[in-house]
Amino acid sequence: MTEVQGVSVHLQACAKTFPDGTRALEAVSLDVARGETMVFLGPSGCGKTTTLRIIAGLERPDAGGRVLFDGEDVTHLPIERRKVGMVFQSYALFPNMSVAENIGYSLKIRGIDRAERAARVAELMALTGIGGLENRSIDQLSGGQRQRVALARAVAMRPRVLLLDEPLTALDASLRERLRAELNRLLRSLGITAVYVTHDQAEAMALGDRIVVMRSGAIAQIGTPREIYFEPANRFVAEFVGAANILEAEAGEGFLALRGGRLPIGGSAKAVKGNVVAMVRPEAVTFVAPEGALLTGRVETVSFIGDRLRCTVVGVSERPLSIDAPNTISVSPGDQVGLSIDPDAVRLFPKESA
Amino acid sequence: MSGATFLRLSLVPLAVIVLAFFVLPMSQLIIAGANGPLGLKAYAAILLEPRYRETLVNTVLLSLAVTLATLVISTIAGLFVQRNRFPGRAVLIAMLTFPLAFPGVVVGFMIILLAGRQGLIGEVTQNLAGGKVVFAYSIGGLFLGYLYFSIPRVILTVMAAVEKLDPRLEEAARSLGAGPWAVQRDVILPALTPAFIASSAISFATAMGAFGTAFTLATNIDVLAMLIYTEFTLGANIAMAAALSVGLGVVAWAILALARSFAGAAVAAAG
Repeated sequence: MTEVQGVSVHLQACAKTFPDGTRALEAVSLDVARGETMVFLGPSGCGKTTTLRIIAGLERPDAGGRVLFDGEDVTHLPIERRKVGMVFQSYALFPNMSVAENIGYSLKIRGIDRAERAARVAELMALTGIGGLENRSIDQLSGGQRQRVALARAVAMRPRVLLLDEPLTALDASLRERLRAELNRLLRSLGITAVYVTHDQAEAMALGDRIVVMRSGAIAQIGTPREIYFEPANRFVAEFVGAANILEAEAGEGFLALRGGRLPIGGSAKAVKGNVVAMVRPEAVTFVAPEGALLTGRVETVSFIGDRLRCTVVGVSERPLSIDAPNTISVSPGDQVGLSIDPDAVRLFPKESA
Repeated sequence: MSGATFLRLSLVPLAVIVLAFFVLPMSQLIIAGANGPLGLKAYAAILLEPRYRETLVNTVLLSLAVTLATLVISTIAGLFVQRNRFPGRAVLIAMLTFPLAFPGVVVGFMIILLAGRQGLIGEVTQNLAGGKVVFAYSIGGLFLGYLYFSIPRVILTVMAAVEKLDPRLEEAARSLGAGPWAVQRDVILPALTPAFIASSAISFATAMGAFGTAFTLATNIDVLAMLIYTEFTLGANIAMAAALSVGLGVVAWAILALARSFAGAAVAAAG
């Protein structure tokens, strides 16, 4: 069932101040393309849910902000007339209705006749893999089944945008992983425009065509998962998405001067001089023989976590350096080691970025 | 002492209380009802004797009307008060729940002050229309008094239930295209149904047995509690009073049971 649905969403200077004076969102502008899955990622209180609720029509942006669906101004349209699908963290299924009644509710409200409704509900139940449960009541369902019902209900009327507010957070870890893959497949096959809010960076990477990283009511960076991970715009993004070693050091002549030696830096960063903040991902560091290595240090801890070793090495920089090594090598605490880091994997941040 | 022994010992006070205050008086009451000159026929008289039957019907109808009106008023007021923040909200809640502390006599007294022969409504209508409107001593006065009495009990239950409602349910319904009326019909009211059943049971039972208000007001109305009082103190007809008491209990219980099974069926049908 590939049916390209949905609209492009344009937010124009949408800020939100709550009646009690709390500034939840600075003026935010962004575009979500038709059929794109855009993930809003950030710690709690960063404004991601407020942004979602503004797109939904559950919150009005402050004066001056506008929300456009395919160019049509919907800023003053209440949610019931925006034709958006919503999936909540608590699922918010109607306890007084059966599974089929829940899924078909939007069709019933729109006066679609019984036979057509039943056909559409059956189609959605097959699509989400909950066929056979139509007459169950909600309290007889498992968490995963509830999540699927909520999803089927939200897409039943072919919404213009699908909005998902932490839809997997209430599930346990193994189920979450499975449903994440399933959700991904479903979003692609529906071709729907989706806006997804989460605080889980792995979820954001797996699901998002693009990710909006948010912090204290403002956008910290917008980009594809690769851009966010490999080229974070600032220290906050680097540390929030994945693990990162932050190095504060003196730069000069293509090197960073560290306690444990010299770290070559590549590309445009070569011209940088003076105090800088740099970032290196743990997996970009490899162990080499200490003799002749540009950087040396002493292994402090080694944890075997199955698919890799997570080690910390002291004496290289101010703070211990985190390193992800292949699970086949043997290092132990106390070893003197040499380290090699690809110059292109070292990212420098502008001075002022905190 | 083993856990089981301890548990059994702990049940002793409960058993004593149940025996002393429920089982013994109730069976004594049932026996007393059958021990008069009419014998067991005293129970049949509740339905066969026109005066008793009419009183019983009146009491049930009045209690049903009070329960229904209380539910409507309390639901609207409870939803509004729980959902909105406005100056004077705390005072309003206090006023709505104030009658909890009043005995029925005080409520009756207030109804007389409002709609009695020297009451406020009488004064106003006298000056405006030239005729005095007095309804404190009629079924209207009793209805108003019971209503005043019932609202706090129901409104507190409704407010607690509204507070527990997941606001996301309403948002989900709206996102699916439901307007304000559809949200009320499909989400809010069904979610409040258990609270309605519980609180209307309390309201109905209270109205069935209320005495103080009726006693203060009743000059030309008969409700069951008044009838029992009259038979007991004025007629010294202890057997009939006992039979009527048992009848009152049975009727109230039966109607509540009926309402509960009906509501249960409705919930099952919807689910």
